[in-house]
Amino acid sequence: MNYVPSDLKVVGTRPIRPDGVDKVTGRAMFGADMVMPGMLWGKVLRSPHAHARIVSIDASKALKLPGVRAVVTADDFPNIASEEAFVGEGPMNFRDLSRNCMARGKALYEGHAVAAVAAASQAIADRALELIDVKYQVLPHVIDVEAAMADDAPILHDDLFTANVEPTPTKPSNIAKRVYFHKGDIEAGFKDAEVIVEGRYTTEPVHQAYIEPHACLCSYGADGQSTIFSSSQGQFMVRAYVAKLLGMEIANIRAMPAEIGGGFGGKTLVYLEPLALALSKKSGRPVKMQMTREEVFRASGPTSGAAMEVKLGAKKDGTIVAARHVLKYQAGAFPGSPIQPGCMCGFAMYDIPNVEVIGYDVVSNRPKVAAYRAPGAPISSFAVESAMDDLARKLGKDPIALREQNGARNGTKTHYGPTHQNIGYLATLEAAKSSAHWKSPLKPGQGRGIATGFWFNIGGESCASVHVAEDGSVSAVSGSPDIGGSRASIGMMVAEVLQIPAERVRTIVGDTSSIGFTHVTGGSRVTFATGMAATQAAEKVVEQLKARAAMIWEITPDAVDWRDGAAHPAGTNAGAFEPLPLAAIALKAARTGGPITSEMSVNAQGAGPGFGAHICDVEVDKETGQVTIIRYTAVQDVGRAIHPSYVEGQIQGGAAQGIGWALNEEYIYDKNGKMDNPGFLDYRCPVASDLPLIEAIMVEVPNPRHPFGARGVGEVPIVPPMAAVANAIRDAIGLRMGSLPMSPPKVRKALDVANGDD
Amino acid sequence: MSKHHVTTTINGEPSEFLCETQQTLLDTLRDVLGLTGSKEGCASGDCGACSVIMDGKLVCSCLVLGVEAEGKTITTVEGIASGDHLHPVQQKFLEHAALQCGFCTPGFIVATKALLDENPNPTETEARYWLAGNLCRCTGYDKIIRAVMDAAAEMRGVAR
Amino acid sequence: MPTLNYAAPSTVDEAVKLLAGASGLAKVLAGGTDLLVQLRSGRLKPELIVDTKKIPGILSIREEAGGFVVGAATPGAVVEAHAGLNKAWPGVVEALDLIGSTQIQGRCSLAGNLCNASPAADSVPALFAAGAIAVVVGSKGRREVPVEQIPTAPGRTSLAKDEFILEFKLPPRPARSSDAYLRFIPRTEMDIAVVGCGISVTLDDKGVCTAARVSLGAVAPTVLLVKAAADALIGHTLDADTLAKLDAAARAACKPINDKRGTIEYRTKVAGVLARRVAAIAFDRAMGKTQGKTH
Repeated sequence: MNYVPSDLKVVGTRPIRPDGVDKVTGRAMFGADMVMPGMLWGKVLRSPHAHARIVSIDASKALKLPGVRAVVTADDFPNIASEEAFVGEGPMNFRDLSRNCMARGKALYEGHAVAAVAAASQAIADRALELIDVKYQVLPHVIDVEAAMADDAPILHDDLFTANVEPTPTKPSNIAKRVYFHKGDIEAGFKDAEVIVEGRYTTEPVHQAYIEPHACLCSYGADGQSTIFSSSQGQFMVRAYVAKLLGMEIANIRAMPAEIGGGFGGKTLVYLEPLALALSKKSGRPVKMQMTREEVFRASGPTSGAAMEVKLGAKKDGTIVAARHVLKYQAGAFPGSPIQPGCMCGFAMYDIPNVEVIGYDVVSNRPKVAAYRAPGAPISSFAVESAMDDLARKLGKDPIALREQNGARNGTKTHYGPTHQNIGYLATLEAAKSSAHWKSPLKPGQGRGIATGFWFNIGGESCASVHVAEDGSVSAVSGSPDIGGSRASIGMMVAEVLQIPAERVRTIVGDTSSIGFTHVTGGSRVTFATGMAATQAAEKVVEQLKARAAMIWEITPDAVDWRDGAAHPAGTNAGAFEPLPLAAIALKAARTGGPITSEMSVNAQGAGPGFGAHICDVEVDKETGQVTIIRYTAVQDVGRAIHPSYVEGQIQGGAAQGIGWALNEEYIYDKNGKMDNPGFLDYRCPVASDLPLIEAIMVEVPNPRHPFGARGVGEVPIVPPMAAVANAIRDAIGLRMGSLPMSPPKVRKALDVANGDD
Repeated sequence: MSKHHVTTTINGEPSEFLCETQQTLLDTLRDVLGLTGSKEGCASGDCGACSVIMDGKLVCSCLVLGVEAEGKTITTVEGIASGDHLHPVQQKFLEHAALQCGFCTPGFIVATKALLDENPNPTETEARYWLAGNLCRCTGYDKIIRAVMDAAAEMRGVAR
Repeated sequence: MPTLNYAAPSTVDEAVKLLAGASGLAKVLAGGTDLLVQLRSGRLKPELIVDTKKIPGILSIREEAGGFVVGAATPGAVVEAHAGLNKAWPGVVEALDLIGSTQIQGRCSLAGNLCNASPAADSVPALFAAGAIAVVVGSKGRREVPVEQIPTAPGRTSLAKDEFILEFKLPPRPARSSDAYLRFIPRTEMDIAVVGCGISVTLDDKGVCTAARVSLGAVAPTVLLVKAAADALIGHTLDADTLAKLDAAARAACKPINDKRGTIEYRTKVAGVLARRVAAIAFDRAMGKTQGKTH
């Protein structure tokens, strides 16, 4: 079905989201808002040590405390074998996941769960945790990524050998794998170069910092049938993971999606649900669990910190002839950093003949990383886009012109394999160049930076259904948890196909027993893939509606047109019938074949990649090192904005998170390997007074693989900000800040070093 | 363990509840009274998701003991709309798409109402500093600030 | 399980008796913005909480003998709205106003900020610089204590178990006197001070400083009153030389630690920077060049 953009009546408008009123009145049910009769409260006992052998766990005193109903440890879960799966937003090893949810044998980071308790009240559960006696043998620990790679580093896993290296290692290592991409001849490329820039860059782990802590309510039935009400980015992911970790049949679990209070990738895996269900099984009662903010920081997320080196070689005219990038990503306590996408995204914006990228996935005694918005890409792009800025300066070229000259276009073969098609990188740069912001003058002392970014966007398996009610109103069911307005966009696409107002379609998110399997909300896939399923389901409904009208009119279905929410005779030959609106057809559904409904499943391919270009102006207080963001503009190719307000919202929100990553957010560890800032007081997310308005400029280069041209939009906007801010600081004070966060002490220190005052 | 008997007024209704000393006002709203609109994002006063208005002052209900509510008048997010008629702040948050996940939204709605009760004509900077204790991780605050300014204008009767 | 008791006495005597009679740890509750965080985290396990807010006068501000008396538990939002205090002691008002968010301002108090005894407390350097007097009540009666004698170490005060602060006295202001407070934080709001600085000055009609008190926060185990920094100001106008001497004196007084909020080196440098900036504001205010506090 092809839609002419100018004919669209619903797509591109800004209706009020269907779940909006519940969210402004406090009625929306998030993970911690559900209660069940007889419910117990669960709490987790966590390791106080960064690395320790668990010698023994004695829960007998806790179990004697009145009100305590169950205690679980690793012994209560199957010891499952290593098995790679792709259910979340990246590869997942079920053995590692099981051991991350509950430590088995060793605690691998401070905050690692070692036992869980269910009790009649939170206060009793807290007291019970104090009564569980765990004997630890404390082991040497390692936090820093490069320290963890050293030959003499404490080893986390005796059975971890570096993958993808020759010869096959015989000694265990904290380096889980090596990643290697190359294109052309890197040595010849650098030999050919006339101008070289090189830099070293480091980033610290940052947390997704969704405001809603993880929470769930789980109930295990004596026959094994269980319900899970939880806040996650995928009810089907929760169902699959919990079934695997507890050795249950998948269909015995009904996972109900709570409203989710932010995720950004951090809720694409489970932490509490397996523990709560195991406690429910043992106690025979429903069990509710919620993390404290401190637990969220110590034991969930974050994304990797990294150490990187970039080398770029160019001709004097600006043609980049060689590019090399070495990346070392922290994975946390188990393998699985986003090193692969990190290695792919750094140079994905460019057409460079000779490229070499080497990546390392490294474990250390930190919480296992989780996906965070464009996993891996913001880290590698911080390095590459900082180096690009240095190259532009060295060449005396405008930074946009340098990117245009070397920018990826349709037909550019990437260093990781695929060839770009239907991409909007140059259009994005053009829009940045012609923006009011880029053309505006700076005040004295201010600096301006620009940086760009890429994200693949993904498709995959999704289901959606569309049901016509007896009065002609429409309900749609999506398999995707709605994290930022996707119920609105899905309902709008259905409304567009049915040619009815958006408000006549009410969209909900279905539980695992009421809609077919759908992958997690992640990878910017929902509006693309679930939107495609919903569009197809609506198209099937239109076919049915036409068939029903044809039946009522006693003509053939192909003589019926569907427009303006009504069946019309296709032409004068079809007959002279008054249009039959949706409601009139719905009213006669019973007599024309029964309910009008359709569920579609897709495995969507062809998610168009997205590109962004961010412009940032800063002022730097040279005495305190404090950086103030004065103006910020984010340009992005969005394919087609279904609900422009929520597209802008994704862009603005991603930019704000990136600004936080750039300036103040970081995990700080003490010498014992304990996180020193596990709260919103000292883990410094941007607050309202830290930011200016963020202008979002949407470029629309339609994605031909989506019925309305949509591309994923949620992840691209967190890719450029760190380098955009760094390049602006470079412009303002003449110094290259290669280490994130660019916090006041670091900026002041750099200034002092440059001034010889240090 | 003896509990305190607390008599208070919540969203205009007389309300009585029992609580232990260590239970915060947020705990009692959510777990005793079933008013789960106020959210716990940090339990340390750093995120504002539990904001309520107590005797005319905006406070974090996680930093008030339930027993301190004795004799007080409290407004929670559940008390902002009148029946099915949304408050202008709520309506403007919807129109401006000033929420994505919606978890911080109750706190922002309550804090914005408190702002406009006290200062009907705030500057953007004043609104940003007033709301600095309400964390939002989804929106980058842009659309929230626009909604706040528009709600203020509408409540002052100024045409857009 | 241990029970946590709560009492909200309506007289000083009753409150003192409760505190004196507690067998375990008893904590005074004013605004609770620190106490409740410590309770929830399990760092503090008191047996009794004595809520002082029902004691008459403890939530209000009055003028007395040309100065001001601020009730110990008066919330920041109430202090901020007091016109007379804003005019006489803009530095104290802006310091209290900087604590936390609007929500925190609805509860936080001078007594709580002082008795939490954090070296980084925002209102404390301003109170030190102001020469504020704490009116302390206890079993042995009532005593007046200079505020700088209250905190003794991080989390510790000189108050006896049965004592609490009832109110603060801010002295009358001579002509051409004012004060100011700035703190440095990485964000614009919601952080704990990396360094704080409060300065109170009196000038003659030529702008020469005749009296000064300079206080620094977050650069030592307790908030400091820095006499050498005050001496750098007294007898001088605020010229470049005076500013340089003030900067040096402030830095010399610092004995900070490295922690998640700042390094020794950084805190020391910023202490000098803030001292200069705060002095400039205080001098301008004293000469009537600017009114009230700045954001």
